[in-house]
Amino acid sequence: MLPNLTRDEILRYSRHLLIPEVGLDGQRKLKGSSALIIGTGGLGSPVALYLAAAGIGRIGLVDYDVVDSSNLQRQVIHGSSTVGKLKVESAKARMLDLNPDIQVDVYNEPFTSENAMRIAQDYDVLIDGTDNFPTRYLTNDVSVFLGKPNIYASIYRFDGQVSVFYAKEGPCYRCLFPEPPPPGLVPSCAEGGVLGVLPGTIGTLQATEALKVLLGIGDPLIGKLLLYNALDMTFDFVKLKKNPKCRVCGPNADVKKLIDYEEFCGVPGHDHEEGSAGADWDISAKELAQRVQKNHLKLLDVREPHELEISAIQGAVNIPLGQLASRLSELDSAEEMVVFCKAGTRSARALELLVSAGFKKVKNLHGGINSWAKEVDPSLPLY
Amino acid sequence: MAVLRIPTPLRNYTNGQAEVPVKGGNIAEAMNSLVEQYPALKPHLYSGEGTLRPFVNLFVGQDNVRDLQGLETPVSEETQVRLIPSIAGGSR
Repeated sequence: MLPNLTRDEILRYSRHLLIPEVGLDGQRKLKGSSALIIGTGGLGSPVALYLAAAGIGRIGLVDYDVVDSSNLQRQVIHGSSTVGKLKVESAKARMLDLNPDIQVDVYNEPFTSENAMRIAQDYDVLIDGTDNFPTRYLTNDVSVFLGKPNIYASIYRFDGQVSVFYAKEGPCYRCLFPEPPPPGLVPSCAEGGVLGVLPGTIGTLQATEALKVLLGIGDPLIGKLLLYNALDMTFDFVKLKKNPKCRVCGPNADVKKLIDYEEFCGVPGHDHEEGSAGADWDISAKELAQRVQKNHLKLLDVREPHELEISAIQGAVNIPLGQLASRLSELDSAEEMVVFCKAGTRSARALELLVSAGFKKVKNLHGGINSWAKEVDPSLPLY
Repeated sequence: MAVLRIPTPLRNYTNGQAEVPVKGGNIAEAMNSLVEQYPALKPHLYSGEGTLRPFVNLFVGQDNVRDLQGLETPVSEETQVRLIPSIAGGSR
């Protein structure tokens, strides 16, 4: 039995009721449906706002982060007044202000193999608004095991991808991407940046697909991947087929339960301790400041040239990570060297590359130039 | 020559080039031609044994070469090959 709409709800949703594809029955369907949004950041913000406004009866939010001022360039569900507060609470308050007739359940915890099935089982659709590979593979596998659609999107700089992975009717995420890329090849938005409006464009497409799937209308992106580029303003589609060798949804699937996704991806999924190359290879900003005063140390900055305009350490040599492999001859492997980037992630990759090329006296500046700005030179801005 | 479209995250390794003209009559040769021109890409796209890594998806038109003839899929002068990587961004 679908829930009835109150008089107030009939007025609130009147623009939906006028569309024959939605109508009264469709709106009652939405009121009786539920969606779990994993991640309350760039993608999760527009998804949560529009699904709340559309009258999805119950919306779950999973996130363990707090609102930071660097989020507000794109995470429009939060605001200056909620900086420092839990993202799930900040988002819930905004959603209930927009629509007090819905229920918002919050899960202030990382989405992990231990809790994911329990959290997700009571929702009709899962919406992947995560920012890392381990949680994306986890979300996919949960959706396959529970037989629920996974409304997928991801973004980078000016590029977005959207699809609906629904193993009952088409391919899953693993059919397209059986394995994650090697750690460090594909930078995160925290390292590579993202145009603030991009998650708005892509997240509203995700919300559209979620509504279509819940209403059972139109032609959802099952078996299709949408590729958006904001600079060229192009929308391209490619066809996706079920991969007969898929390890979770193929006929000979051998992954039958959730696995350790951090191990699978070779990167942490829920780690705020990013920017480390491992204790043996790290040097703190304070220690580096002392060492620089005492003896000669080469400083290698592996950020992109445009980042040097934001902040820089005097005397450092700049070789962007992407060029390092082809410019090793410019460096002396006998010299003591400290590698750094913005927050320590790219420099950790650079360090791996240097060590594998025979460099032994190299260290990684833990936390990058942002740590240097916090602990040594407060005149530098954080970014 | 066929053209290989490079996704934004990998353009760091192609001097910012979005499209790279490649030689060869099939996908395997086209990919060889790409990494010959930009050797820094090779360790990322190929495993130690010299096979393409599973995260590398190549599309000719709208079709994944996996659903065509794989690395043997022919390419012509006009073919546009698209490399689609997994990207992770979304939240933080």
